[in-house]
Amino acid sequence: MTTDALRATLRPLPRARPFDLTGLGFTALSGVAALLIVVMVAIIIGDIVWRGWGTVTWEFLWTVPREGMTKGGIFPALYGTALLVVLMTVALIPFGVGAAIYLHEYAKPDSPYTRAVRFAVANLAGVPSIVYGLFGLGFFVNFIGASIDRGLGLDVTWGQPALIWAALTLALLNLPVVIVTTEEALRAVPRDTREASLALGATRWQTIRHVLLPQAMPGVLTGAVLAVSRGAGEVAPILFTGAAYFLPYLPKSPTDQFMELGYHVFVLATQSPDVDATRPLLYGTVLVLLLLTFLLNLTAFLLRARLRAALAGRQ
Amino acid sequence: MPPLQPALNTLAHRRSRRVREAFIAGLLRACAFSAVAGLLLIMVFVFKEALPIFTNAATQKEANFAGFFSATAWQPVSDHPRYALAPLLSGTLKVVLVAMLFATPIAVLAALFASEFAPSRLREVIKPAIEILAGVPSVVLGFFALMVLATWLQGVTHAPMRLSALNAGLALGIGVIPTIFTVCEDALRSVPKSYREASLALGASPWQTAWSVTLPAASAGVGAGVLLGLARATGETMIVLMASGNAAIHSASVLDSARTLSACIAAELAEVVVGSPHYSVLFFLGAVLFTITFLINVAAGFFVDRLRRQLAGA
Repeated sequence: MTTDALRATLRPLPRARPFDLTGLGFTALSGVAALLIVVMVAIIIGDIVWRGWGTVTWEFLWTVPREGMTKGGIFPALYGTALLVVLMTVALIPFGVGAAIYLHEYAKPDSPYTRAVRFAVANLAGVPSIVYGLFGLGFFVNFIGASIDRGLGLDVTWGQPALIWAALTLALLNLPVVIVTTEEALRAVPRDTREASLALGATRWQTIRHVLLPQAMPGVLTGAVLAVSRGAGEVAPILFTGAAYFLPYLPKSPTDQFMELGYHVFVLATQSPDVDATRPLLYGTVLVLLLLTFLLNLTAFLLRARLRAALAGRQ
Repeated sequence: MPPLQPALNTLAHRRSRRVREAFIAGLLRACAFSAVAGLLLIMVFVFKEALPIFTNAATQKEANFAGFFSATAWQPVSDHPRYALAPLLSGTLKVVLVAMLFATPIAVLAALFASEFAPSRLREVIKPAIEILAGVPSVVLGFFALMVLATWLQGVTHAPMRLSALNAGLALGIGVIPTIFTVCEDALRSVPKSYREASLALGASPWQTAWSVTLPAASAGVGAGVLLGLARATGETMIVLMASGNAAIHSASVLDSARTLSACIAAELAEVVVGSPHYSVLFFLGAVLFTITFLINVAAGFFVDRLRRQLAGA
């Protein structure tokens, strides 16, 4: 074939990439959407920090509410929140970590039991928090609690909204969080480590207890911290299972009611007799709640980033 | 250093070790069962407390299934309590619709921007902003909607009431943006690079590539993100409880106040006598809510599986 004939078969190349004005417009639009999110976050956080900053003092954190909650501080709510998340964590961690170990180390991936557990974990995470509240009232308070009272022949002691029932309700709510993060951590432990331990004659449990768990600790911690952060902020599950509007004393027993930070925000925002007098306290309380959850989430984020780096390095 | 233990390899020792291993395996298996048990117990107890509506004659006299649809108003606290579902269902629908119409385009477009176009510096602003938003407790968003957004919206719409379905829906939309964004962005990033390179090599512009190649390839993931957002919006309580005004009005206007299923439970359950018809009705609402969100979540799970299979086959 001659060069001319060859040239005749070739059409001239179009411009490699035609100028795409609509495309550019849509790209800009997607950028605007992203920017909009950033701006919304900045406005919300900015408003709360700006107006709450002046209220948050040591005195605010360490004193009790006074004068129909228009003066004073939030100490009982902080104390109640701390007790709540500690109890929740104690109940949650053994089950969550145990379940994750089972799923990752023991379970046959395709057995019906494993599938059922994975299905349950995925769907527990999607149950609305208000339904957890209903469940806590129907199961823990009115069934378990009332049964204990009947069994022990007590007056209503356990069969009423209480710290312990709120903590257990939140523990179930956060079970998927701990299972997922712990399993991720176990996945990050390289196979050789397991095999080395087993080859040295350690049993399966010894391997888990002395080799895997120490290495997976950051993941367990991440899960715990995320659970605490979510536990401190969730209000709907504790509305009927133990949170109190106002208490003149601090909770002393697991059957006491308690004040809680998120619920306190709800109460101050919606039930206050004098909105203007409450406003500074309200902004202060919101800021404390926001700072608390932000610091917890930041901790979890940093722990998880380390874990992911380890995982990436080993693959 | 502790002294080395002598190798205890007697038969008895080995057997006790085996017993202990089996015991621990059983214990861990039981821990895993706690998730299944939890889900089952939630179902059993929420449905059980709603059951008197269908079985108990005394309850049925005040609240029964037919009455949910024939009653004309939601007036649970009166001499003749009336439990009409229509205002609650329309209220929920309005608020959720506003939230999804607001959140979906923003979240999907922003996810597209973050995964396809954003220079890495910009991405380092967008992603932490989303993480922060995801960590904001819903009661704080409800507070913001109640104190700030409502005033601002009233200034724009000149509606007679500060709190409305629109106000609650927008705040709820802000609340579900992180859910939709995160799932979408994950899906978009999991699309193999070769798809994009092939499209660009054929002369498509970056936007054409993103819109006609990457987004369709990740469509199952986008679908899952939108469904998960929808489930969250339907079940979310505190934002709506604080921002919607909570009046059970059966109307189509988003400027009217609205009472959703979730907010209705939250607002009324604390003052209800255990075992009363009203108590059963509120658990019935909970059962409805559970069923709706459960079905949406199962559908989302189906989408996630499909995405995984599609990309594994690619």
